[in-house]
Amino acid sequence: MRLQPEPVADPADDDLSPSLKPLPRAAFGAAQARHLLWRAGFGATEAQIATIAEWGPERSVDHLLGFAEIPYEDDAAGAFDKDIMHPPTEEDRRLYAQARRSQNEDVLAQARAERQRREQADRKQVVDLQRWWLRRMIETPRPLEEKLTLFWHGHFATNYRVIEDSWHVYQQNRLFRRNASGSFATLLAGIIRDPAMIAYLDNNDSRKGMPNENLARELMELFSLGVGNYREGDIKEGARALTGYTFKDDDFEFNRRNHDAGGKTILGRKGNLDGEGFVAAILARRACAAFITRKLYAYFVADIPMDERGREPADPAQKAVLKRLASTLYLGRYEIRPVLRALFLSEHFYEPRVMGEQIKSPVQLVVGAVRSLGTPVRDLSILNDALDLMGQRLFHPPSVKGWDGGRSWINTSTLFVRQNIAAFLLTGKKPQGYDTTEDSPYDPLPLLIPAGTPGSPDALIDAALRVTLGRTPPGARDQLWKFIEARGGAIDRGAAVGALLLATAMPEYQLC
Amino acid sequence: MTRPTWQPNPYTRREFMRSGLLLASAAASIPAFLSSSASAMHAALGGLTSAPGVPDDHILVVVQLSGGNDGLNTVVPFGMPEYYKARPGIAIPESAALKLSKADGVGLHPQLTGLKDLYDDGLASIIQGVGYPNPNRSHFKSMDIWHTADTTATGNGWLGRYFDAECCGFGKGESGTATLAGGPPAGPGDTAAGPPGIAIGRTAPLAMDGSSIKPVSFESAELFRWSGLDIHENLRSPYDGLNRRGAPGPMTSLTEPGTPRPDSNASFLLRTALDAQVSSDLIRKAVAQRPLSAFPGTELGRQLQMVSCMIRAGLKTRVYYVTHGSFDTHAGQGGAQGRHGNLLNQLGDSLKAFYADLKAQGNDARVLTMSFSEFGRRVGQNASNGTDHGTAAPMFLVGPMVRPGVIGQHPSLRDLDDGDLKHTLDFRSVYAGLLEGWMKADSKVILEGSYRPLPVVKKA
Repeated sequence: MRLQPEPVADPADDDLSPSLKPLPRAAFGAAQARHLLWRAGFGATEAQIATIAEWGPERSVDHLLGFAEIPYEDDAAGAFDKDIMHPPTEEDRRLYAQARRSQNEDVLAQARAERQRREQADRKQVVDLQRWWLRRMIETPRPLEEKLTLFWHGHFATNYRVIEDSWHVYQQNRLFRRNASGSFATLLAGIIRDPAMIAYLDNNDSRKGMPNENLARELMELFSLGVGNYREGDIKEGARALTGYTFKDDDFEFNRRNHDAGGKTILGRKGNLDGEGFVAAILARRACAAFITRKLYAYFVADIPMDERGREPADPAQKAVLKRLASTLYLGRYEIRPVLRALFLSEHFYEPRVMGEQIKSPVQLVVGAVRSLGTPVRDLSILNDALDLMGQRLFHPPSVKGWDGGRSWINTSTLFVRQNIAAFLLTGKKPQGYDTTEDSPYDPLPLLIPAGTPGSPDALIDAALRVTLGRTPPGARDQLWKFIEARGGAIDRGAAVGALLLATAMPEYQLC
Repeated sequence: MTRPTWQPNPYTRREFMRSGLLLASAAASIPAFLSSSASAMHAALGGLTSAPGVPDDHILVVVQLSGGNDGLNTVVPFGMPEYYKARPGIAIPESAALKLSKADGVGLHPQLTGLKDLYDDGLASIIQGVGYPNPNRSHFKSMDIWHTADTTATGNGWLGRYFDAECCGFGKGESGTATLAGGPPAGPGDTAAGPPGIAIGRTAPLAMDGSSIKPVSFESAELFRWSGLDIHENLRSPYDGLNRRGAPGPMTSLTEPGTPRPDSNASFLLRTALDAQVSSDLIRKAVAQRPLSAFPGTELGRQLQMVSCMIRAGLKTRVYYVTHGSFDTHAGQGGAQGRHGNLLNQLGDSLKAFYADLKAQGNDARVLTMSFSEFGRRVGQNASNGTDHGTAAPMFLVGPMVRPGVIGQHPSLRDLDDGDLKHTLDFRSVYAGLLEGWMKADSKVILEGSYRPLPVVKKA
């Protein structure tokens, strides 16, 4: 994707080098390794944390970012049906038109029934897709790939309920995964040709003389520039540029007849701009790099409280870091990897106020619990269901803004669901109404008290808090002591499971 | 992504005496939120939490009829011959329809006896012909339109916006909103009073989703607690200890290692965990009470029984949301008997039992119940003795405060929109009427537009 004109370095950037100062090797210990694995992935076991700590920051970050080198098969090939939803054939169209004209209720009823059957099958397939993706996130040796795919899914948010075509949703998911740590420029250019996005934002019928502004508006407002960095005129002209961008069955189609090929001015750029020209105009703006950088930062690092005017980050350190990263992104032609590399290696990333301060998304919680505690998966349907109850139903973000994240994940009822899904993973105990069958017994005792080491209440408690929270909040040890004591001090599987149940029920367990 | 700044307001736990209106079993120590302002102090003592002049004791109960309730067989236009011509198989005969006083040519479905009784007691409004322009016949889209009060179906829920703007005082609320005029944020959902909105069901409806205030939902009170309590008794006391620590307050030494800053996410979680325990206790005790009058053993009956118990227990919750259905009767809808009739029967009986219980409690005058569906159904029956997605339909309002009778204009059965009814009243006028007349809120702000409020409350 060529950016025209060439991006120019801003001399002011050099003043900001201290803000992305790399973390010294000596400062990278178990806590930092743990933090990196929870942010650049979905958490890890103690053994994995130890390995990363030993490797040090550079080798670790390169390993996590270089996931393309790690073999992992896409096991979905052939698992999903691309033809459940498809446009009516010529013959179908003729048949139904005739039936409507002659008021042939039988044929019409049949058509309705057939459509309902397909819609039901498609809804079932999207659930299969959710389960497939969840399993993939749990099992992948390339966690950052999935974490980024999830990020793009929340960023270029579309909801299956509107799209009503599970294959299109699957295609979009693959688009995000293919370009997960690649170039944002490629993604932005790709998304305007994505059938799911085109359908979601009503661009399929957008045509010369009657352009639909939805895609053009959200493309700038939510996907690239942010409010205030474009004008209403840019939306109108952008919409014209996107006319004719539609799809037929499962493929993008450029409908030349519907495309407005006339002269346009978008974001100061003049010409007979088409969709790609529109995207190029957006990418040329530094505001785009700043916007995407902020979103990546908020996802991987921390919330960004804004100043009184709401235009700049309130914290000078954050502001400096964001500015520097935005520059890296812009000058690097929107390649994501260099930005993430600089971030994950920086001292800033490992500051105390960053570590352990992020509220886990529902996916992070569930996938993280399985990956870090080694629990059995037990039942993907129940886990998938829990994601919905916690507010993160895959392929169904609540709006084109995606998921707000942070504190919006938490209220008194979602908190109980979070505690209970961890309890389910640890014990197999389902909430009331489900059968209580303990299918895969989970014994965490060896995890907490390695074979050959002496088991004591202190050791058990320390280990339980370490593998779940990575630290010991005030008041926590006392309560776990009470539990061990009530069982006569026995150090057995029941004690281990109980200690983990209590630890995962702590409010702090929702943080990473 | 962004979090507006606010003054960190740590709170502490403190026992206090609850006023008589609230939960009787004050034996359990119930924490309160201490803060420097008078209104929060008032709240801590079980008083009102919102701005002066706003009636805190008005409750709205929303009964969502999911699937598209067939309005024409619900409020039967037996006076219109076109009705019978269009529905030879499923129309309700005039003789079967429940006649309504002060109404000509329309009656209720014969299975709505419960609602008829309420109507006869002057406790029900039947609002005819409610819909919106350019009706959408997709379940999801149309339901989202009703939930967001927006024909593009985007944005937060209308009740969510109500919570954000008015319910708990402008800007007060835990989830990161800035406070106005430097006032203190209330605790999440203001524990001592219960969350502002409660939905009975797996997930809360979009209608209740606000920017800062999020609704609480649960299918049963038993699911609104930690399942570990069922695993072993030994876990109970440590769990309580861990989740009732609360967050650091002004008295807590911040020098103790590991103490989170009051404005940190860790403190927020500690507060919410405490809130969750207290809310859970409150709600579970509330619904464990035996109701004062009998409720039908149906799903809707169960939900309204829970709501009634929570009201009786004195929760300060403003809006309760329950759902009933599915009304998507494409085939075999039935006429006076059958699938649709059964659902209506459950609706009528549950509403009647609900108000009988509220009256026995002395709370009936505080509770206004509204029912709606995402659309009505087509005028003509289809080939499967059912009806397909349609447009306008009636809404019901129940309570001693409503204007009794049949309100509004029945849609014409001659002047149709390609076989569908044309609405005579925009649903947002009903919302505006409820917001202005009952909730005493600014409907223009909340509905993000100006809709003439339908008078819903009778003059004093």
